[in-house]
Amino acid sequence: MTDQGLVSSQLGSLHYEPALESSSLARLKPSYGLFIDGSFSDPGQHENLVTLNPATGETLATVAQGSVDDVDRAVKAARRAYENVWGKMSGAQRSKYLFRIARIIQERARELAVVETLDNGKPIRESRDIDIPLAAAYFFYYAGWADKLEHAGFGPDPQPVGVAGQIIPWNFPLLMAAWKLAPALAAGNTCVLKPAETTPLSALILAEILQQAGLPEGVVNIVTGDGSTGSALVEHPGVDKIAFTGSTDVGRLIQQRVASTPKRLTLELGGKGANIVFEDAPIDEMIEGIIDGIFFNQGHVCCAGSRLLVQESVAEEVLRRLVRRVEQLRVGDPLDKNTDVGAINSAEQLSRIEELVAVGEGEGATRYSSSCALPSKGFWFAPTVFSNVAQSHRIARDEIFGPVLSVLTFRTPEEVVAKANNTKYGLACGVWSEKGSRTLWVAERLRAGVIWANTYNRFDPTSPFGGMRESGFGREGGRHGLEAYLNV
Amino acid sequence: MSTAPLRLVPAQERGVRIPSNESVPSIDSEAQLRSVLASLSGVDAVGLEGRAAKLATRSIKRSTKAAAIDLAISMVDLTTLEGADTPGRVSSLCAKAMRPDPLDLGVPSVAAVCVYPDLVAHASSELDGSSVAVAAVATAFPSGRASLQMKLLDVHEALAAGADEIDMVIDRGAFLSGRIGQVFDEIVAVKEACGEKHLKVILETGELVTYDHVRRASWIAMLAGADFIKTSTGKVSVSATPPTALVMLEAVRDFAETTGRLVGVKLAGGIRNSKDAIRYLVIVNETAGSIWLRPSLFRFGASSLLNDLLMQRLKQQRGAYVRADEFSGD
Repeated sequence: MTDQGLVSSQLGSLHYEPALESSSLARLKPSYGLFIDGSFSDPGQHENLVTLNPATGETLATVAQGSVDDVDRAVKAARRAYENVWGKMSGAQRSKYLFRIARIIQERARELAVVETLDNGKPIRESRDIDIPLAAAYFFYYAGWADKLEHAGFGPDPQPVGVAGQIIPWNFPLLMAAWKLAPALAAGNTCVLKPAETTPLSALILAEILQQAGLPEGVVNIVTGDGSTGSALVEHPGVDKIAFTGSTDVGRLIQQRVASTPKRLTLELGGKGANIVFEDAPIDEMIEGIIDGIFFNQGHVCCAGSRLLVQESVAEEVLRRLVRRVEQLRVGDPLDKNTDVGAINSAEQLSRIEELVAVGEGEGATRYSSSCALPSKGFWFAPTVFSNVAQSHRIARDEIFGPVLSVLTFRTPEEVVAKANNTKYGLACGVWSEKGSRTLWVAERLRAGVIWANTYNRFDPTSPFGGMRESGFGREGGRHGLEAYLNV
Repeated sequence: MSTAPLRLVPAQERGVRIPSNESVPSIDSEAQLRSVLASLSGVDAVGLEGRAAKLATRSIKRSTKAAAIDLAISMVDLTTLEGADTPGRVSSLCAKAMRPDPLDLGVPSVAAVCVYPDLVAHASSELDGSSVAVAAVATAFPSGRASLQMKLLDVHEALAAGADEIDMVIDRGAFLSGRIGQVFDEIVAVKEACGEKHLKVILETGELVTYDHVRRASWIAMLAGADFIKTSTGKVSVSATPPTALVMLEAVRDFAETTGRLVGVKLAGGIRNSKDAIRYLVIVNETAGSIWLRPSLFRFGASSLLNDLLMQRLKQQRGAYVRADEFSGD
């Protein structure tokens, strides 16, 4: 192809025939009850919610809408299990169960990956290579802590909190369940877990795994439902601790409800992560890092690098390469092993993304969206980059939680620190530079819980994760993650 | 300084944009070469290896796999570089190169046969009239430890015997001790000797060790006139690896965008099966793009790879594997 004295070498021109993972591996049942006190309730006795495949809009299964009474039964079961079994059990015994759960997750990894992709819309490559292996890794990691709590730095004999109410989001359904359950169980607590309304299925498969592992009845109870179910859990007087991951708005409500009660609280909320690019950054790896930062999991990531702050001297070059790379992303069927970007999780989320993108255009930012073809059914949004974004624009301030990147520029380290910190959030940032001293100088001044250097969106069970300011408080992962579940 | 607002690139310029007029900067001093190399971005090893590993997860099946296998066959430089090489062995290699599977004439010929200079004349007469080129390793292959005079003599003899392509080695000792001007000048001299014949410059990446070195050596070779940059001699323990291939493909891509000149990449050493070859084609596809997906710009230096490609090709057609002995050894 020749155009104005240019020859173009098309990237990704080799056609990849679809390589579909089989959806039948999911072995889904048509309907699921609640997992309370070690067994599933009859789905017929509940009101039901439908869970969709966001890539097609088709129904996957129905799940129970947990009522106030259901939550009460679950909390009471958790209390009994805490007082009679789990709270008394030795750490070594608890760790045995956690190791077992981790191994069964590995054994059923393929099935779990398909379930996660069907229910969430994320590419099978990510659920297979990231979500499921990491979920197992968190159980393995905290299994190791269960019999060593007295060496964790929280005093000679740290005690569990009691019954934990845990409410998790739809972006990493199984992984978030693992982040919540593994440290809580290792520390000797029992749990009532409320999965997200649109992605309950992998948690229900996890319930089967808990049965398979022989976990004593009531130690983990899983109550599906919408916001009212979560609300019932937050309000329940028998809960000693609430752990919530989700939006800042809901987090604020929960904090109000929990205030003036003895309940302990940790919140992991939204973010507007700054990915900071200095002119000496390793350019090829940095472009990949920007892509991973914002298009991983369709941008449905609380710590997403959704603001790109790039040094003005290299901005044109970075943007040119970035747009080229965005154009290469393979958007489509999440079950295709070659898909890079999958479906938006729900119609509701899609309309929020569309609304904020329209705001961005109205604010005068320059929009580029990938020319990829989008499937006609289901919920989809093409990967999008906004340039000419000003710090005052809403697309530079509000969390979009979708595959939309806002690009801003800066001139000096002082300026970029000020810009990166000029947000109500404080969850994660990235710094790209070949100069270690400057990376450390910047990192020390960024007000965010997680700073990545020359990488982005990397997770490991040994590393604490959590936010500052309106991104919440408390840490998950690592030794720090135990503190939220111990009376210290 | 301009403070013009950023503009997004127009749609037609989104691939790798290569100016149609070549303008390779002429390098007149070591200082100038040094400043060009200093302007190159560093390579983050963790990120690079991560990207290569991610590309390796592409699932290439059915029609794509069939097309990739045929493409890979056409990119093979069928190689024998042993002290024990004889005219007889080279003859049999040439027969295989021209017609890899005598039972299926749909199988393309390989790109070239690669031998030591003393066997070039023999290979050349065996391949006469075919599309298969004769490549000769020269310049005191594999160590490159000889005077420039000796190296040039080696090249002249190979060319006189009928070589179409010269695979030279760089002086790694000079590179590692910082005498990059010497490395550059030797390549220039060999390219001059080659004239219109294709010059492949072997970086021996396993001895350069770091990816930053690989990127800089690639640029030295390209600026000095290499038609191809090649990973390895196959004579040291570390040969072609996916991250190394990725760095070199980024180098040829960026060089083409900067200068308008297309330089090929040859991976050599350790590529024994179709799966690896296809993974490398995926890296080419997603890094340098369509223009490099052809034998004139991408090669595999290999010997046993060819039979595995043939075996996978038959597997694609028949749905079952055949015995290894169905294919000739060389």
